[in-house]
Parts: sequence; structure tokens; C-alpha cells
Amino acid sequence: MKILVITEQRQGKWNNTSFETLVAAQQIAAAATATITAAVVGKSISALADELATKNVAEVFKVEHDLLDAYTPDGYCLALKQLIEAAKPEIVLFPHTYQVRDFAPKLAASLGKGMIGDCVGFRSEGAKLVFVRQMFQGKTAADVTFIGAAPWFVSFQSGAFRADQLAANAGGKAPVHPVAVNLSAADIRTKPLELFKEAKSAVDLTQAPLIVSIGRGIKAPENIAQAEALAKAMGAEIAASRPICDEGWLPMERQIGSSGQTVAPKLYLALGISGAIQHVVGMKGARTIVAVNKDQNAPIFEIADYGIVADIFEVMPALTEELQKAK
Amino acid sequence: MNILVCIKQVPAKDAPLAIAGNWIKEADIGFEMNEPDSYALEEALRLKEKHGGEVIALSLGPERVKQTIKEALAKGADRGIHIADDNFAQLDPLGAAKVLAAAIGKEKIDLVLTGLQSDDHGFGQTGVLLAALLNLPHATIIMQIDVQDGKMKLKRELEAGWFQWMECPLPAVLSIQSGINKVRYATLKGIMAAKKKEIATVTRESLGVTVEPTQKIEKIYIPVKTKKTEFLTGTPKEAAAKLVEKLKFEARVI
Repeated sequence: MKILVITEQRQGKWNNTSFETLVAAQQIAAAATATITAAVVGKSISALADELATKNVAEVFKVEHDLLDAYTPDGYCLALKQLIEAAKPEIVLFPHTYQVRDFAPKLAASLGKGMIGDCVGFRSEGAKLVFVRQMFQGKTAADVTFIGAAPWFVSFQSGAFRADQLAANAGGKAPVHPVAVNLSAADIRTKPLELFKEAKSAVDLTQAPLIVSIGRGIKAPENIAQAEALAKAMGAEIAASRPICDEGWLPMERQIGSSGQTVAPKLYLALGISGAIQHVVGMKGARTIVAVNKDQNAPIFEIADYGIVADIFEVMPALTEELQKAK
Repeated sequence: MNILVCIKQVPAKDAPLAIAGNWIKEADIGFEMNEPDSYALEEALRLKEKHGGEVIALSLGPERVKQTIKEALAKGADRGIHIADDNFAQLDPLGAAKVLAAAIGKEKIDLVLTGLQSDDHGFGQTGVLLAALLNLPHATIIMQIDVQDGKMKLKRELEAGWFQWMECPLPAVLSIQSGINKVRYATLKGIMAAKKKEIATVTRESLGVTVEPTQKIEKIYIPVKTKKTEFLTGTPKEAAAKLVEKLKFEARVI
């Protein structure tokens, strides 16, 4: 069996989830006897291809073209379709990034195939590979298998595998093969323009040692004062899950999760946050996680060190009082 | 500008989930409009208010999804299409997209909008697959749409606080990021007006679409815990006191 990992780079910088996906490939290869190959896509990517060749891969494909300089879904789909048709892998793995979400399902469909996206793990059951992903916002897991002939397309969630487990290349360096792809400007229907960041925010949550974070359980903007009082008593910064910022109850710069900030404070206190994966990826690195939620089955408890199953409106004032007492 | 919005109906956020094989027991739980799709609907209504045309709400699922189509009509969509399908939960992403694309292909549409992902299956593939099947350009995770001279300037969200401007011709398919706008509520007038609006019902058979599954959800289950959580019990006051004690002397983080 042959595995092809599609790595991701932007302007010559790796998206590090690529290396986690190589670890996923390494584990699948160990379980199912497979060879690992990897591709890097873009323009002026020789240095990246050479770096990739020092990892645990048998072969690196350098997919280079002027029209692949900036990412477009049309360009990537057409180029990678040609690579897959030439390299004939059984499994194509991707890091589940925003960019992969944007093109990989279309790439698979262009070959008449489906994709199992956003996986958190896999199991090998005899000759069959079972991929595990989440459903219902992380409340359930699902075992998913492919039907029909290869190639099979899979993406793995950020954090599902540990990049530091990636082995070096046993022979020192794998061969790098340039892959010529046919692309013309007319094939690319969208036009990427400038990349930018919104005005830098005054708060840098990544530097905050203590964070009190609120989710949907806060119910109404007028209740946020209670969480702020608790944060003040603790000396913590206030943060929130996406829905709270979407509603405009707290500014976007206070949002934790895949589309907001990624934090790793000493303490993360999650109030009324269910623990949808988009939030969890932004805070699971916290040293100590406390969750308060009235639903004892809320996924946030899966990663919490301490949990209180209760109404946050009863716990917030009690906790504020206890913190003031403990000073 | 004619805009079609794909809207899924999903279990209500607080609905207790009882697992049944690879889906859930639907009896006794409430359903609601998939929240990410409500942002797509709102964006469609705003584009129509600016540029004219009509908004069509399309939903795939059993009889119950008509309620969600009615909600879209009450908010201002002009008409609805219901693809009646009791087995929709067994469709894989490509299969569902093929059925939706077959219905969309019968309309004259300038723009197809979807939410980013559904709160139940969470595949997050529908918009991209529709673009592939309808052979239209697409963009995803969109935070702003400006239509000028038959094309769009779009603000696309990237990871870690980055954004990108891009241009996309029409017709096209866009997946809308949640939070792009403030979603409106239906007014009483809107609810009354919706009663006169048309909901066409079609089926896979009437659309002439057949699907071959590419993947199968074998089963769903409550995930295995990876970390041992110490639950602090008692009254809220007792639990709070215990927590402060633990954070101070055991975890030593405050």
C-alpha cells in the first residue's frame, strides 16, 4: 500500500500540522504495511522539498508551477489530480486545515471519490482501516470506513497526532522527484489578493497565565458581568468561545479556538462551554483545565482536570466569594 | 441576483442525544435550523436587499425539515424547495451534495450559499462539493461579500487571525463563516407572509439522481475519555470552596 501525504506551506513556511499528518502516515504504515510518500506544492519550494526528504518518507514529490505560487482551489485540484493519477497512492492524507477544507473534497470528487474529513484517529481492523471522527459537535465519536476502490482521501485534525514522534529518514534523505503539471491561467477562476491581519488587539491572551472563558451557557450579554467579577477576583483575563464573539457580546480578539487564539495558560476555567472541537483545539494545551457545565455529558469534561456539574449562575458568585476569601 | 441557500435542519443544541446505530433516535427531540446555515441565509437576504432578485431556501431531509424552510421563508426567503428524503442521514457528503446539486441544477442561480458545516454530521464539505459537481468556482470561510460588475470581492478567513481578499466571478458557490453578520429574527408580518409562499417538494427519484456511497459511518458512540476528571460535588458553595482549595494547593495555579 502507498500513502501520499499532501503537506501545506504558505510563502515558504510550513503549516506544522503537515508533520502531524506525516506521523499519522507513519502509524498507518506500521499497522498496514505501507510506504509513505509526501508532496509539497507551490513555487520555489526546493528547500522545503529537501527538508521534507529528511523525514520518514520514501519519496518526495515536488509539485512546482508558477500558477501554484498563491493558493487557489482550482490550481491545487488540477495539479494534485495529475499527481495522484501518476503516483497512484491508495491513501491520500491531508492536515485538516482551512486550506484543505477549501479544496480536498473537490479534489476527491474530481476522481469520483469521497473524503473522510477531520479525523482524530484510526484503527486497523484486519485488512480494514477504520477512521474515527467526531459528530454532534464532539458529543459523539463515529467510526467511518471507505466503500469502493482506492484512492481514499482522509484529513486529520490538528493535534490528533504528535509531530515530535516523526522519525527521521532511515537513509538520510529520500529522493525528491519534480512533478510536471499542466496548468493554464484560464483554469484558475478565482483570484487571490493580499493577505492581512486585522488591527492588532490590545489584549494578548496567549500571554495570560489565567483565563476565565465563557460559552453559550452565559445566555445573555448582561450576565457577562458575573464572569468578569470572577475573573477579576482571580486576576484572570476574560475570553470566550466563538458563538459569544459572533453575537458581539465580547470582541473577536477575546475568542479562543481554531478561528481565534490558541492559548496554553496555567489555568483555563471554562464556564458554560460545551467543548466543541473548534474551541478545544485552542485551549487543550492549558496546564490545568476546569469546566463548569450543567450537562455532565458535555465534551469539555473529557479534557478537564476538575469538573463541577452545576448551573454556572450558582457557581460563579460562589467561586468569586471563595476566591476573595482565599486572598 | 438569484441566490439559493442550502439549509440543514439539525437536532436542537440542548437536545439529549440517544444513539441508535450510526444515527440518533429522532423521536422526542427538537430540531432547529443549523446555526452556521442561518448566517448563510442572512447573507443571502442582505444581498437580495442590496441587489434585488430572489432567495430560494433548499433543504434535504424528512417531512420535519419543512419547518426550517418555513422559518427561512418567514425571515424573507421567497420560496422553498424540499428534497423529501427519510434516509438522508445515511447519505455520505458526496451523495448528499449530488442530490442537492441535482435540485440546484434545475434553477437559474447566480450564487449558491451554504453554512460552514453542520452541527450534526459536521462534514463541512457540502459547499465545496456543490462547486465541483456544478462546475462553478467557489470560496469558503467567507467573512464579507462585495458584489460589483458581475463579480465578487470576498474576504476569506485563514487560520491564526489571518485573512485574505480574493476575487471570484459569478455564478459561484460560497461557504459562509459564522459571525459574518447579525442574524435577524422573523417578524410576525414575515411569518404571516410565509404562509403564502411556495415550497416545492421533489425527491431523488423525481430529480433523477442516484448515488453510490463512498464511505459509511459504521457506528457512533460516546467518546472514550482520555483524561481523568476529578468531579467536585456538593452545593455550588461547597464545590467552589473545594475548587479553590484544589487550585491553590494541588494544581498550584492560583
